[in-house]
Amino acid sequence: MTEPLLRINQVSKRFGGFVALDTVSLEIAEGERVGLIGPNGSGKSTLVNCICGTLRNEAGSVTFDGKPMNGLNAHQRTRAGLARSFQLPRPFASMTVSDNIRVPLLYTVQARGGEHQSATALDDRCVELLKLVALDDKAAKNPLDLTQVEMRKLELARAVATEPKLLIADEAMAGLSHSEVEDIVALLIRLNERGITIVMIEHIMRAVMSFSQRLVVLVSGKKIADGLPDDVIKDAEVERAYLGQ
Amino acid sequence: MRTPLFILCEIVVAAALYFGLRQFGNDYVFFASYTVLQFVVLATAWNILGGYCGYVNFGSSGFFAIGAYTSVYLYTIGQNIDEVVPEAWQGVMHAIFPLPVPVMIVCAGIASGLIGLGTGYLTLRLRGVFFAIATLALAVVLQTFIVNWAFVGGSRGAYIIPPASVPILGPYIQYLFVLMLILTIISLTCARLIERSRLGVGFSTIRDDEMAAEACGVPTLKLKLIATVVSGALMGMAGAPLPFYMGFTVPSAVFDLSYAVNSIAMPMIGGTTSWVGPLVGALLLGSLQQVATVTISSALNLLIVGLLLVGFVIIAPNGIVGLLHGRIRKRSKL
Repeated sequence: MTEPLLRINQVSKRFGGFVALDTVSLEIAEGERVGLIGPNGSGKSTLVNCICGTLRNEAGSVTFDGKPMNGLNAHQRTRAGLARSFQLPRPFASMTVSDNIRVPLLYTVQARGGEHQSATALDDRCVELLKLVALDDKAAKNPLDLTQVEMRKLELARAVATEPKLLIADEAMAGLSHSEVEDIVALLIRLNERGITIVMIEHIMRAVMSFSQRLVVLVSGKKIADGLPDDVIKDAEVERAYLGQ
Repeated sequence: MRTPLFILCEIVVAAALYFGLRQFGNDYVFFASYTVLQFVVLATAWNILGGYCGYVNFGSSGFFAIGAYTSVYLYTIGQNIDEVVPEAWQGVMHAIFPLPVPVMIVCAGIASGLIGLGTGYLTLRLRGVFFAIATLALAVVLQTFIVNWAFVGGSRGAYIIPPASVPILGPYIQYLFVLMLILTIISLTCARLIERSRLGVGFSTIRDDEMAAEACGVPTLKLKLIATVVSGALMGMAGAPLPFYMGFTVPSAVFDLSYAVNSIAMPMIGGTTSWVGPLVGALLLGSLQQVATVTISSALNLLIVGLLLVGFVIIAPNGIVGLLHGRIRKRSKL
């Protein structure tokens, strides 16, 4: 078997006396579409934060693309090809939509390649990325004037702008309508077809089931299931966690 | 406008200002204008960390004082070479000292830049209010240190007797004024360059959302350290000529609250998002204070600053520049 793109080995994280993650291990292969689900407070976002370097895990290791990630800052992991979107959109409010996209182009793509793209090449890339998420007509707007769904698309576009190998979409669809959810799922599948491995964290089961090739369930900081989506949701332990006994 | 052209414009305006003030035939205008320019440099320096990155620094007087006391230190060495320097070095030292003021300014910039780097490394992991309190503490610590350091005068203060005049320019105050003009040009150019570069984009992301900035690949700690060093160095450079300006340097005057308050209030009133804001704020508030000192009373200064700051926070939270921008945008929509 080839080396997985992301290998999470026995990762633990505690906040004071509360154990948020308890020896979680997970492997994600290149090109996969993985769904990560679990009840509120089960540690999904903490796991994302530990993978992306926003939080430091106390025990265990994260290996990405064959390189150990422990001790690296969030921006170093982003430059290594690990991108994430935030659960609550966090746009740069003092910049326009297209300038928001420009930030990862300047600080990740240029920093990685060392090449200095020309101003017009940057502009073209911004337009291209905004077209990808159908926000090209909003380029000059302030992100705070966008609707919820547009703001989430901006969040995704900014993550995609880093040209990642792995994209972690942390509840990119919470609070969106039926058609908007389909919109985002279609976008994520399109990105996957372009070769980006995607981990989707979501509560909306319809979205998760239509998107995921594999499903991972986290409950109280422990991984309780990992397998084909249809098998996992029939799992007795998963049912118990979601519906109670 | 390209940077070389911008610098040329600055030089033209500076020259016009200098020759304009000479027409008064009175050195007092130079004394007053020196103070205003000093505040332009301080406000611009504060804004690099406070306005661009959103980290409020209450310790401006600390950085400013490091600059002033670097000059006092170097001057005192120059005065006492035979006592403080080993005999073997005395010949060389006599050749170098007394140092010209521009060299002292550079030394002051290095010293306060290094202190900025150290403080930044220790405090920049703190967010918001905690960072502000830490910078306030820095000023207090430095003041205690200087008060107890006999070599630079301690609490007694130190005398620096500047020469009465210099060649070409004439009165010494005109020399100091020209130096401060040059510092103003340097700091404004620096601020404008940062604003238009990749660095400026990075600074804005730090102000807006640090976590999102990291996720976009922005090395936030490194950028914040750069901002603290540049900001601290410029503040120190602004303080370096002060002992020559005052003649008598005491800690209570150099660590004065008004420096810290003014360097926050001026960018706030002018507008913090561009280099124009601190310039406008400092020119306006600085001149107003000079006029008030002469016509009403010198104790009224901080009261004016306080009232204006309260007024602006309520009426124009984005400063004068923000207010004008809003007007223009509104008009273009109509």
